[in-house]
Amino acid sequence: MSSSVSLDKNSAWEGNNKSPFNAGYGKLMMWFFLVSDALTFTGFLASYGFYRHYYGSMWPTAENVFTHFPFMHGNHPLLFVALMTFILIMSSVTMVLAVEAGHRMDKKGVTIWMLLTIVGGAIFLSSQAWEWSHFIHGSELGAIELGKGTFTMPDGSVEMTKGVIARWADDSKQTLLLPWKDAGQYISVTGDNMKELLANGKEVFGANLTRNEYGHPLFADFFFFITGFHGTHVLSGVVLNIIIFFNVIMGTYQKRGHYEMVEKVGLYWHFVDLVWVFVFTFFYLI
Amino acid sequence: MSTHHHHEQDFLFKYIFSTDHKMISKQFLITGFIMGFIGMIMSTLFRLQLGWPGESFWIVDKLLGSWAENGVMAPDKYLALVTMHGTIMVFFLLTAGLSGTFSNLLIPLQIGARDMASGFLNMLSYWFFFVSSVIMLISLGVEGGAASAGWTIYPPLSALPQAIPGSGLGMTLWLISMAIFIISSLLGSLNYVVTILNLRTKGMTMTRMPLTVWAFLFTALIGIVSFPVLLSAAILLIFDRSFGTSFYLSDIFIGGQVLEYSGGSPILFEHLFWFLGHPEVYIVLLPSLGITSEIISTMSRKPIFGYRAMIGSMLAIAFLSTIVWGHHMFVTGMNPFLGAVFTFTTLLIAIPSAVKVFNYLTTLWKGNIKFSPATLFSIGLVSTFISGGLTGLILGDSALDINVHDTYFVVGHFHIVMGLSAVFGMFAGVYHWFPKLFGRMMDNKIGSIHFWITIVCSYGVFFPMHFLGLAGVPRRYYTNSEFPLFENLIDINVVISTFAIVIAFGQLLFLYNFLYSALRGPKAPQNPWDSNSLEWTTPVEHIHGNWPGEIPEVHRWPYDYSKVDESGEFVGGNDFIPQTTPLFQNEKNEKH
Repeated sequence: MSSSVSLDKNSAWEGNNKSPFNAGYGKLMMWFFLVSDALTFTGFLASYGFYRHYYGSMWPTAENVFTHFPFMHGNHPLLFVALMTFILIMSSVTMVLAVEAGHRMDKKGVTIWMLLTIVGGAIFLSSQAWEWSHFIHGSELGAIELGKGTFTMPDGSVEMTKGVIARWADDSKQTLLLPWKDAGQYISVTGDNMKELLANGKEVFGANLTRNEYGHPLFADFFFFITGFHGTHVLSGVVLNIIIFFNVIMGTYQKRGHYEMVEKVGLYWHFVDLVWVFVFTFFYLI
Repeated sequence: MSTHHHHEQDFLFKYIFSTDHKMISKQFLITGFIMGFIGMIMSTLFRLQLGWPGESFWIVDKLLGSWAENGVMAPDKYLALVTMHGTIMVFFLLTAGLSGTFSNLLIPLQIGARDMASGFLNMLSYWFFFVSSVIMLISLGVEGGAASAGWTIYPPLSALPQAIPGSGLGMTLWLISMAIFIISSLLGSLNYVVTILNLRTKGMTMTRMPLTVWAFLFTALIGIVSFPVLLSAAILLIFDRSFGTSFYLSDIFIGGQVLEYSGGSPILFEHLFWFLGHPEVYIVLLPSLGITSEIISTMSRKPIFGYRAMIGSMLAIAFLSTIVWGHHMFVTGMNPFLGAVFTFTTLLIAIPSAVKVFNYLTTLWKGNIKFSPATLFSIGLVSTFISGGLTGLILGDSALDINVHDTYFVVGHFHIVMGLSAVFGMFAGVYHWFPKLFGRMMDNKIGSIHFWITIVCSYGVFFPMHFLGLAGVPRRYYTNSEFPLFENLIDINVVISTFAIVIAFGQLLFLYNFLYSALRGPKAPQNPWDSNSLEWTTPVEHIHGNWPGEIPEVHRWPYDYSKVDESGEFVGGNDFIPQTTPLFQNEKNEKH
């Protein structure tokens, strides 16, 4: 039998200052806070889904947007973000090991694993900074934001062109790809038709909150907003981890007799990772 | 010298930065009431405009100054007043003022805890609320006036700073104030839930808790789930306002000028807003329903009818409240099928609501009712909950709602079912627990007069609004006399406004009663209402930690009123058996 208080199903709800979940009030508060925070993210991701569904094929595909890897040439779709994700998930593993070491009252173990968690979070944040700057900078080729006018589709329907982003088919800049699809292919325009569109449009490079060379500007809005909001959470998680890390070194929890604080920040850290899994899935994979 | 310094610190930490739940409760109550009175004065002022459009009033001139040239309210300031009235009443009086006061006072006292789980976070919760109140009031005085887009702040009025005067700095301050408010609400809710789960005294099982505590638990849980979504909506709105994103904005012209927005939709905001907005109704209402359960049982000297059904119906209401928000949006071009789904889930709420009403009535039935002001206000709540709930059936049905959407019918409905019910519950709570809050008794006679003025005038104000709505009068209009269609309805507006003025003066009775009793009222006895619940076992004078010795142990549920044995004698000799009384010999075989 373990020496810790075991949860007795019959007496757990009887009061007498027993916690029905065998958790101190701080830990329970953290759980309920995470429920609340999860709903904030749900609000953002649901909004993202709303527009993503609404704009259908006008929405940029992540494979075509995030194709670069630091210090490497060529096309590596989603490779960098996959690495970032891996690092963040590994930092959750090290956090689990820190909590486990805390249960054994192993100060040295907690110190090492907390440190690795902090390093993992810091790497993730700097990777995100690189990803952002690359997205803001854009491609060398750029794209064309079409001006006011109409475009007749092959099936005869007419679309408004204002604000629509047309991308170059290749480096030669001889063919423009419009974001509407016909028989599964983007509609391509060449020759005089293309010149007409060019004369009426303007070149855009990179993305910010009002423009996006990769497609609909709302994609950029949501990308900056949601990854930024998540990044803020990671940053505050790293700061919390650093504070707790120093407390561990000072021996605060050794004196206190338990490492529950490590568990609490651990909960927050796992939550931040879990949210990233959803952000990654919705933004990059689907 | 040092002792003197020590005393000063005592004052500061006892009355200002207190971590004691009873003091924080009083802080919430008084701040909430101040906000509530300001909100009420606003409503009275714009009722003057609606009843006698275009007429000059001395009081309007004095109170509004440059907002009302020659005593006639300016149209854009009318919108600002309506917006601020809604915001203040819904969030500041009925969310923070109501929940903050009674959750703080009653949770630790009724479950047998020394204090909230975290006194420090509890203090922060109040001070965030205070700061947000101050910012909201400051926004009344800025250039362009306060936010004017309605308490629902739909974009684009709220998203474009240049749209109307109130869309500028006033709107920015509104958003900042609400962001701080959400933090306060979150800190409070976390504390309430965790305290209820973890800090119950010995014997206080979940099903021995008074229904007030259950109500506060569900209220806090709904708050934890729904306020963060309002936070999402508000942050996206701030980005649209300040950083040029288009989350809620599409191609739009202002003064002939094209703005650089594309692709967004204000409907998204409405979805996010109402995902909070509807549960908010129950955040406002549930504490009052809980307070009423407790008071009706105590004052009719009968056990509450259907204790478990009451908990179950609150749980059902809490759950359903999160899946009905679409009924606020039937006219947004929603797919009729989706409209039908929201109609269905909305009408389902009638079932738990009816369970609650019948349980109140059956508890009162053949009871030995003691008519204190608290009892009167509780019965008043049952009345308004029924009459407002019935029109809810009409508005919840998409086919009917579309005809009266955004008319005075809606105004009448939600003021009765949510505004009046919640306010009545709050008054009932104040009258009932005043001895616990201030150690003195309120005056029953003035309280009863206050009740009768309030209920008669409340119905006088809000009942005729249904007829205005059925005649098609839209809400939020500065004046209705400009339209020939509504000319013969002006008399109804005069009636409503007259009642509104009387009810405003009627509240002065309460204010007097409250202040006089708090300072000079007769000292309260230990257990003035012969109540069973645990809060009446604490000393009348507040002490830190609530009980001087051990926290008492609980042996029974809190509703053993008028319990008789086989011979027809009261068990234990009184018509009430406090929760701390161990089971008597002849009770041992019963299930508890």
